[in-house]
Amino acid sequence: MVTRLDPKIFDATADVTWCAGCGDFAVLKALKLALADLAIEQHQALVVSGIGCGSKLPDYMTVNGYMTIHGRPLPVATGVKLANPQMHVVVVNGDGDSYGIGGNHFVQACRRNPDITQIVENNQIYGLTKGQYSPTSDKGSITTTSPDGSIELAFNPMAVALAGGATFIARAFAGEPKHLAQLIAAGIQHRGYALIDVLQPCVTFNRVNTYDWYRKRVYHLEDEDYDASDRDAAWARAHEWEERIPLGVLYRVGGLPTYEDQVRALQDGSPVSRLFDLAKSPRPQQYERLKEEFF
Amino acid sequence: MSRVNDMSILIGGDAGQGVESSGAGFALSFARAGLHVLATQDYRSRIRGGHNFYQIRLSERPRYAASGLVHLLLALTPESVALHLDSIAEGGAVIFPDKFEIDEAPLKERGIRVDALPLLRIAEEHGNRIMANTAALGAAAGVTGFPFDYMASVIKDNFARKGQEAVDGNVRVAEAAYQMARQRYGDDFGYKLQPLPEAPKRMLINGNEAFAIGALAGGCRFVSAYPMTPATSIMEWLATLPPVYGVVIKHTEDEIAAACMAIGASYAGARALTVTSGGGFCLMVESLGLAGMTEVPLVVAEVQRGGPSTGLPTRTEQSDLLFVINAGQGEFPRIVLAPGTIEECFEAGWRSFNLAEKYQCPVVVLSDQFLSSSLRTLDTAAIDFGSVRIDRGPTLTYEEIERLPDGYNRFQFAESGVSPRAVPGHPKAVYASSSDEHDETGHINEEIENRRLMMQKRMRKLERAEEEMRPPALYGPEGAEVTLVCWGSTFGPCREAADAINEGGGSANVLQFSDLWPLPAEPAERELKACRRTVAVEQNYTSQLAKLLRMTAGFQVGGTLTKYDGRPFTPAEIVAGLETAAAPVRR
Repeated sequence: MVTRLDPKIFDATADVTWCAGCGDFAVLKALKLALADLAIEQHQALVVSGIGCGSKLPDYMTVNGYMTIHGRPLPVATGVKLANPQMHVVVVNGDGDSYGIGGNHFVQACRRNPDITQIVENNQIYGLTKGQYSPTSDKGSITTTSPDGSIELAFNPMAVALAGGATFIARAFAGEPKHLAQLIAAGIQHRGYALIDVLQPCVTFNRVNTYDWYRKRVYHLEDEDYDASDRDAAWARAHEWEERIPLGVLYRVGGLPTYEDQVRALQDGSPVSRLFDLAKSPRPQQYERLKEEFF
Repeated sequence: MSRVNDMSILIGGDAGQGVESSGAGFALSFARAGLHVLATQDYRSRIRGGHNFYQIRLSERPRYAASGLVHLLLALTPESVALHLDSIAEGGAVIFPDKFEIDEAPLKERGIRVDALPLLRIAEEHGNRIMANTAALGAAAGVTGFPFDYMASVIKDNFARKGQEAVDGNVRVAEAAYQMARQRYGDDFGYKLQPLPEAPKRMLINGNEAFAIGALAGGCRFVSAYPMTPATSIMEWLATLPPVYGVVIKHTEDEIAAACMAIGASYAGARALTVTSGGGFCLMVESLGLAGMTEVPLVVAEVQRGGPSTGLPTRTEQSDLLFVINAGQGEFPRIVLAPGTIEECFEAGWRSFNLAEKYQCPVVVLSDQFLSSSLRTLDTAAIDFGSVRIDRGPTLTYEEIERLPDGYNRFQFAESGVSPRAVPGHPKAVYASSSDEHDETGHINEEIENRRLMMQKRMRKLERAEEEMRPPALYGPEGAEVTLVCWGSTFGPCREAADAINEGGGSANVLQFSDLWPLPAEPAERELKACRRTVAVEQNYTSQLAKLLRMTAGFQVGGTLTKYDGRPFTPAEIVAGLETAAAPVRR
């Protein structure tokens, strides 16, 4: 049993620039809680984000944080994990960042299964650029770039993650921060890639998908006779949206090797650990042998 | 016409016929015999069909460029004869299977020997028909009088993994063709090859392999890349290393991910590399800015090919210089190196990591198809692991982090511009990094004074870096009548062109730039002003180095010589081009 930490150690002094009532606050609070509950200290975790309102989250925490560029936190995080598998790596980004510009990386992460937890702040809108439709905006959404209603189908992250081979797929709601924190903690504990898609209202630019809109629709899978290891059942639930929206762990399969587990070069130490040794002993005799193939 | 150990052999055939593998094996047999070898490949961007060729230049002294002349042509297709007819030297010969219908008149008119041999029948009789290439190589060795043993040793090594039957069959086929060609045509062919038993053991290696070895020796332990010709072989070579070397290789979904993973690995503390060509580098540009802004060391090998767009995928060009120097929005420090020889590729392999960590910025190593893919014999001492230094710059060790006072500022306004870097993972060095403008702690900050100070801090690194950038290197006699100004792989043909001019009673030298950004402006200006006549020789259309010199050193070259057909300069082309190279730089 680990000793739980005080979540306040993750507090920071920076001015938070989110709108009052923004769902990002719940994600920030829940992430601190989850790390504290798992007794992961500030230096043992790295929060990687992209660009967007929610991607400013690492700026509002005391933790290793890397705010990268739009759409790219997953490859940056994967690079970190492959160089230093000991680090607890959490990716936090928005729906546009993850499913739009970063969509390819999202699909690749699902099939690779790196031990990374990704929290997507899914508000179905581009907030920081002031209100354009996002990949998860429902068809017909009226925004500044779709004044007549968007004519694209909404991206379904749950179904795509499942089809892509993700080993942990969950959905949370920013209106239920404790449940969100539990899911984040479960995602971090899961060995492998974990997706936590967080339904979170943008109180300024999304006047449709409000807290009330979600409250009328969400229900908990935990409250039902639901087996999260059943892929077919997960597939069916992944498509629930209009009337009822499931929260909780949609799909989970344990015991599979992570990407890092299968990298042979990582079996006797990581690139980071090797480099500090290497600076002291370049082992030239080991390199000399490499010339033989050229004779 | 008779000459010993000074000739070029060209193997021409269709893609898929094994031109490259046959050529590389043949080249190795000459390297084992102590000859200096330069082997270049010319191929199309396809798996099957279309003319490819492999050219092996052999000499008793090092060669740095393809000569443009062919003394012995091995034609694996009838088309090869017509295509290379004009490059065949006086007294040269063509070897081809006797079943080809070749119009011999134009060959004989020029005094070229026509050696039709039953190569297929030999292959079928002594092994099987797929060994016709081996028969052609055997015949080539036969007419040049090159001892068969060297060929046999390479066949044994190269076919060993296919089993004893393959080894024996190929040796028998090669030897039968060798004897027949020698008896029929050997006496009448004036170009001969003889082993030099006194020569030191030499490696036969290309620029990409040398760069990869250098990177490995320099501590590179992470490579993320997306396959792109002609850079791919760097990743492939590193991927063959056994796990004991500890190099993590990630073939990514695209070049954006390739650059970003390398940035992530480097941020975490590894020496990380990504490799690509121009098109892939285009996708990496935004990430380059991320590395610049968050001061993460990053090494990118950009192996150029013909552009723009898909361009000439398998051919050579030097047209990305100004792009690479300017790539990315905003202003941030970067370093650009351009090795000109295979030896310099090895050095750039490890030196780039030192510079990246010393200045905490991206370092781009510019190579090109010609330099990266041509094989050359190198004395083993040229790959000198003893010369490799690992300098991590102000990267803090765990012990140093332990001793840090509280309140570590990753982006401290250091006088040198380079702030001590703690890699994440220690309680004393928990910090934020942001692609947004940030303060000393790494947190986002848009205030006026902070912005000014942070820009100045980052850009100061360039001033320091410029001090250690290498001035251009002079090859050849001082005060020559004409100076060939070049960078990257063009150094090879320039050097041979200068040698040829000097040997012919003229006067030429070469000024080679290898550290291109920040360009060492003062020494560059000094060196250039000391020249009597300068001609910039570049494999591009717009004379990009010449422009760069005008921009940074305020120097206008006297003339430009450009080539943008995807084929490397030959020394003869440069010598001839100098006559008309007086035209001013294009504006």
